[in-house]
Amino acid sequence: MMLDNLAVAQVVAPLAAAPACLLPWRRVAWLLATTCSGFSFACALVLLGAALDGGVVVSEIGGWPAPFGIEYRIDLANALVLTIVSGISTIVLVTAFASLDGEIEPGRQPLFYSVWLLCLSGLLGMAATADAFNFFVFLEISSLSSYALIAMGRDRRALTAAFQYLVMGTIGATFILIAVAFLYLSTGTLNMADMAERLPSVSGSRTVASAFAFLTVGIGLKMAMFPLHQWLPNAYAFAPGAVSAFLAATATKVAVYGLVRFVFSVFGVDYSFGSMPLPLVLAALAAAAVLVASTVAIYQENLKRMLAYSSVAQIGYMLLGISLASPAGVAAAMAHVFNHALIKGALFLSLGCLAWRYRSSVGAELAGAGRAMPFTCGAFVVGALSLVGVPLTAGFASKWLLLSAAFQAGWWPLAVVVVIGSLLAAIYMWRALEVLYRRPASPAPVREAPLVLLVPTWVLALANVYFGFATEYSVGVAEAAAAWLFVATP
Amino acid sequence: MKEFLLHYHYWVVVFLMMTGLYAVVASGNLLKKVVGLNVFQASVFMLYISLGVVDGGAVPILRPEVTVYSNPLPHVLILTAIVVGVATTSLALALVVRIKEAYGTVEEDDIHRRDEAE
Repeated sequence: MMLDNLAVAQVVAPLAAAPACLLPWRRVAWLLATTCSGFSFACALVLLGAALDGGVVVSEIGGWPAPFGIEYRIDLANALVLTIVSGISTIVLVTAFASLDGEIEPGRQPLFYSVWLLCLSGLLGMAATADAFNFFVFLEISSLSSYALIAMGRDRRALTAAFQYLVMGTIGATFILIAVAFLYLSTGTLNMADMAERLPSVSGSRTVASAFAFLTVGIGLKMAMFPLHQWLPNAYAFAPGAVSAFLAATATKVAVYGLVRFVFSVFGVDYSFGSMPLPLVLAALAAAAVLVASTVAIYQENLKRMLAYSSVAQIGYMLLGISLASPAGVAAAMAHVFNHALIKGALFLSLGCLAWRYRSSVGAELAGAGRAMPFTCGAFVVGALSLVGVPLTAGFASKWLLLSAAFQAGWWPLAVVVVIGSLLAAIYMWRALEVLYRRPASPAPVREAPLVLLVPTWVLALANVYFGFATEYSVGVAEAAAAWLFVATP
Repeated sequence: MKEFLLHYHYWVVVFLMMTGLYAVVASGNLLKKVVGLNVFQASVFMLYISLGVVDGGAVPILRPEVTVYSNPLPHVLILTAIVVGVATTSLALALVVRIKEAYGTVEEDDIHRRDEAE
């Protein structure tokens, strides 16, 4: 009784608190937003605990039973995603009060927190719901608010980036809407579990095949699957620092979860990987993402833009894992979803600290920052090592899983792609570190970032080290979630 | 031919969808892109609304003399999607206004040129 209320409360709390943040006092709005996000994080941890005990938390909205009403269903796979989203949101919000000052005028800051909470609510709802149409609605809530968040960047290019994201994101969401229409047309239901039961009897039809195609492309647009990633680099590069950290760590991950949910729990493994050419398409696009996006990242002058291209490459790793269609591959993908959230969170937050002092994230202007701001750049180094996949960091754990899953499946060319991708990552991260540490510093003296920014950054950086050792929490949960997805497949 | 005529509403949907998508991709004017996006979304609204049709079905209001009703669920769904569409359009228009303020133009080519000139 208690748990199913929590499943709803963690989504509804940010949604209900969003209008309250419109109060004209920015400190109150910030406190409310952070508390609310922290509450969702606490709920997610309790739900994750329940899911680890083997339970599935089901909550029927408004008391209507499953195929008729909307249902929230929390199992291991989405409990993990909920924990990541609300956890990263809370940590980044702690820094937001200080980091926003240089980026958004004080009068508009309450609006920022309000939109942030809407975005959080949308992302949590996407992960929690077990209803296909409800998934679309939450997707649009999170998307619309993230367009607004990105447009708040200082640079005027943030506006064009947000507009471009809006156009591509809306096309993607509308594709998902078309897919839901086709699925409803063939099965007569919107509940995912009910759909999964009825789909095998109509799986030969072209309607279901086109639903599958629309859904894959639609979610692919939202998760920046190569070559549908054009919106992402500018959006992350010109958004306010806190927004880049939040969206890079969570938004695309929730889309990856959406793909996993539909592919495994709705269409089923046999249909997705047997009747449809999904493994080959995903593997080819993912390999291209890793190689092309990592190479492009090497040539970026703006460090935020470099990290954005790196995100496109990391999405490639997750898709590689899914394309293997084995429990080990999906476990690697889920573990990388978790670890990459920690990595990109730490990296973007430390760039946020640098931007707070230097008012820029262009490499040339940050020359010598390593000596002026040793703690900030230290966190950046930890994140960089984890991104490259140096042993004893979180990034290594998921890449190791991915490599062994690829060998297990006998797809050794994919293993080669993973290794080349890591080498390319080492090159672009080295270029960034070279600028920070080996170039002569600018004459103007620069002090270390304030503690409110440094402490959350280091929390995420240390999490990268901690989850490199204590893999039973990240990798263990991901493996259990993957096993659950394969068992629960009808 | 009969098959074609019987499913005429799908052809309307396909035509609108392609028109909208073409306008989004081909026009360099941001406002025209927004309108194209609107047409594209409207085509999907049409798709949903036509899904609700049941042969010989009456308006879905409970009456004793009627046994076959049209399916109201797709209409309810699409009401939500229309609201989403309105929100998307208004946000897009607000962004276009801000872009016009910042760049002095809403033509994509001019915006790129001004960004590169910086």
